[in-house]
Amino acid sequence: MDFEAIWLSVRLASLTTLILLTFGLPFAYWLAVSKWRFKFLLEAIVSLPMILPPTVLGFYLLVAMGPQSPFGQVYAAVAGRFLPFSFQALLIASVLYSAPFALRPFIAAFAGIERRFVEASWCLGESRIVTFFRVVCPLSWPGILAGLVLAFAHTLGEFGVVLMVGGNVPGATRTVSIAIYDEVQALNYKQAGLTSLVLLGSSFLALSVTYLLQRKGGIL
Amino acid sequence: MIMRLGAKFENYFLARPLTPAAGHRVDDSVSDERSAEDDQDTRTAELVADFEKQFPGGPLIRFRLRRSEDAFSLTVLFGPSGSGKTTALRCLAGLERPDRGYIRFGNEIWFDSEQRIFVPPQQRRIGYLFQDYTLFPHLTVARNIGYGLRTIDRAERLHRIADIMQLLGLSGLANRYPDQISGGQQQRVALARAVVCRPRMLLLDEPLSALDVPTRVQVRRQLRRSLEKLRMPGFLVTHDRVDALALGDHMVILEDGRVCQSGPVQEVFSRPADLSVARIVGIDTVERAKILHVSDGLATIQIGSAKLFALASDDVNEDAYVCIHAEDVVLEQIGSTPRSSARNRLIGRIRSLDREGPMMRVLLDCGFPLRALVTKQAYEEMQLHEGDEVVAVLKAGALHLVSRGEFEIPDPRAA
Repeated sequence: MDFEAIWLSVRLASLTTLILLTFGLPFAYWLAVSKWRFKFLLEAIVSLPMILPPTVLGFYLLVAMGPQSPFGQVYAAVAGRFLPFSFQALLIASVLYSAPFALRPFIAAFAGIERRFVEASWCLGESRIVTFFRVVCPLSWPGILAGLVLAFAHTLGEFGVVLMVGGNVPGATRTVSIAIYDEVQALNYKQAGLTSLVLLGSSFLALSVTYLLQRKGGIL
Repeated sequence: MIMRLGAKFENYFLARPLTPAAGHRVDDSVSDERSAEDDQDTRTAELVADFEKQFPGGPLIRFRLRRSEDAFSLTVLFGPSGSGKTTALRCLAGLERPDRGYIRFGNEIWFDSEQRIFVPPQQRRIGYLFQDYTLFPHLTVARNIGYGLRTIDRAERLHRIADIMQLLGLSGLANRYPDQISGGQQQRVALARAVVCRPRMLLLDEPLSALDVPTRVQVRRQLRRSLEKLRMPGFLVTHDRVDALALGDHMVILEDGRVCQSGPVQEVFSRPADLSVARIVGIDTVERAKILHVSDGLATIQIGSAKLFALASDDVNEDAYVCIHAEDVVLEQIGSTPRSSARNRLIGRIRSLDREGPMMRVLLDCGFPLRALVTKQAYEEMQLHEGDEVVAVLKAGALHLVSRGEFEIPDPRAA
């Protein structure tokens, strides 16, 4: 079994989930409550990775990060090396690719919170931000949890985007799914099967725990 | 942007207590302290509101009000559903922003469309009770009550929570969740949560409508008593006549978003300004009555100089309103002495006669104004004229008594 690849995937998925929690949660809340006229455009963009082939997303990301693009040049000037085929490139791609899997449950949960709870908190003197942490988040935690688990599991299993922007650098961009693909290419079915089983088991476990907690949350 | 900043600054400035002469006096600190104390004690301030609000597709709501009390008082916003009562209340709370106009509380401007001032609900220091109480489902009763006290030192916070829970009869429920207590208890928790922050004013949106009828009667009595105990002035939205009579001191009638009449509750009920107010309040005679004694479920009451019998429910006390529907008043000519089951016979002089469709509305003076509604045929047969004396016959059951809270030992702070 390729422990290096598994460890890399876990690191990638954890960091992606953390970034989506930090920036995705406030953004999702804004999307849920905002009455902005062009909100639908942002909603469409956020959900785009769900239906776009991973290769298409990967292609654009590769071009955007490459030495020809302004972003790629700025990054190279600051970091001293080019972005593609690095762990950082993988992380950026994962965040974008997994965003809808985190944001959509977040938005659904926030939209389900009745406004009067928020108003009650305001009338008791709490600001919008404090109300978000004391009322909105506790009341929508099943949705928040579901979003985090889905984002984690989805990052763990991504393949196309990783291949496009990450390549296959052991220890830097060789994730579990790439490792499995390599084993199969090398007709090493036993290794591929073992690693696949780990991925299958962990995904099933994560989803079971999510649904169990959500049911408990419903009873509370 | 600059205009906004200016408005904000001005608002901040106005919100500070004004102590103009303090600088000239030797005992500077003492006078400052006293003024701060006075502020806390009276707690009431003049509320002046004149604003318009229209939701897309809804009626234009024009709300005008001026209330200033020195002591505890409850103002009822009364009207049929869709009349704009709740919208008016939400504008007062800052949960809704009016389109035009202003709201001033004491020397604070809460809203002014011309100066572009809007004080958010967090800074108005008011208590708001939602129709369904809106207790936070993820917090226990004690944590719900302490929600607004986050910035207060822990020991003081726990002390205040315990105090208010005892005052409102919630002791022992501290660790329950909102769905584990009764509707009446939920209402008291919501009240406790609002008043524990020491708001300057309470806004109550249909505080009793979420309760079933038996609980409602009980909670209605407790609510007035609690508010009296807390000496918390407020506004209450209702479309229930009994709620208005039992809880309110003043009353504002709203119809189609317009204020039709405002004044003391009894005055509005018994002397409606026009026909639409009369139709909204729907009771014809409302008088303050003194209950002299109760026996066998029959109460002897005194209205002005007249003594009457009324059916007594369990919760009557000395101070009550008696309500009489004009349809329930039977008129007889003087001199006829038929035996009848009716308990009350009053001699009254006809003050006025008005046509009302197929009926005649008769205003009698029986020591108090009494309204009767008779058919045109009866009016012609009896040959009624202004100034004539007639007998008004009333069954005891036609006199509806509405008690005002329970008899209380006067609050020492009020003295």
